[in-house]
Amino acid sequence: MGTPRVLWSITKKCFTVGVITLTVSDLFASIVPVRGASMSPTFNPKTNSLLDSLSDDRVLVEKLCLRNYKFSHGDVIVFSSPNNHKEKHVKRIVGLPGDWVGTIYDVVHIPEGHCWVEGDNTASSLDSRSFGPVPLGLVKGRVTHVLWPPHRVGTVDRKTSQNRVSSSSSASKF
Amino acid sequence: MGEWSRSVIPIARGLCLLYLTNKYLGTTVITYGPSMLPTLNITGNLVLVERISTRTGKLRPGDVVIFRSPETPRKIVCKRLMGMEGDQVTYIVDPKNSDRCKTIVVPKGHVWVEGDNIYNTKDSRNFGAIPYGLLQGRAFWTLLPRKDFGSLAPKPR
Repeated sequence: MGTPRVLWSITKKCFTVGVITLTVSDLFASIVPVRGASMSPTFNPKTNSLLDSLSDDRVLVEKLCLRNYKFSHGDVIVFSSPNNHKEKHVKRIVGLPGDWVGTIYDVVHIPEGHCWVEGDNTASSLDSRSFGPVPLGLVKGRVTHVLWPPHRVGTVDRKTSQNRVSSSSSASKF
Repeated sequence: MGEWSRSVIPIARGLCLLYLTNKYLGTTVITYGPSMLPTLNITGNLVLVERISTRTGKLRPGDVVIFRSPETPRKIVCKRLMGMEGDQVTYIVDPKNSDRCKTIVVPKGHVWVEGDNIYNTKDSRNFGAIPYGLLQGRAFWTLLPRKDFGSLAPKPR
């Protein structure tokens, strides 16, 4: 009857929806699964509840912060790994440019344009303690909300550790 | 209502396609500054940048690349790729004052970039090897000024 025309119209609609979704997820926000326990208990806490052990947490990552690259202490960010650009990590910002961060062995100065990230689960987290300060140009977004599992839906709060970080006067000035 | 939405959706689709092409296929970039003389002018060049090589990892030493500055994330910088991860790079530490050379191995996941004008450039000699994730594209063709129209050839090292 008009099957090719119907097929073409459906294809065009799918294409339009796909293109617009891709653009929105690139520019505004996207939903991302979190793997691993390095941010436990904020993401993927290993409790005995059924939903927790069935699947990974899903979080909302906003991309509007990439307009100005202005972050605050305690923000949870998604960034490309400095050792392998194909991998992405989710960690919390502990130090901003100009800060001095205390690790076990010494005190590190965060250079301009870099940040110090650490996982909430300090015992099992591969973070700036291993690969050093991370350039802010690698940041791909900021995690604002947990969307799955349903009983832990909510905003992701900023958590700062004042005792280990000495910052210059204003937190996000650079 | 129907009439209005019939024209907005193609416009939105067109803009989104433009954005996606810009972000994933290729874009044009205006360069300025003395650090890539004589390849690029001080006053400015309009160059064509493709983003496919950075995504597939098919970059080679000698390519002119653009990347986010490791010191100022909002700034895009244009330099020449000199070493991939694992390569040994020998460079003159301070060309204006001495001839001292240094050899380093580029760490995993990083690349070494240098400006063609070694006397006036801030590059990996100053801020070290940069993570591959900072690379934004490969500049392969100069559009303007007209007398420089042509490909950016890889400089033999």
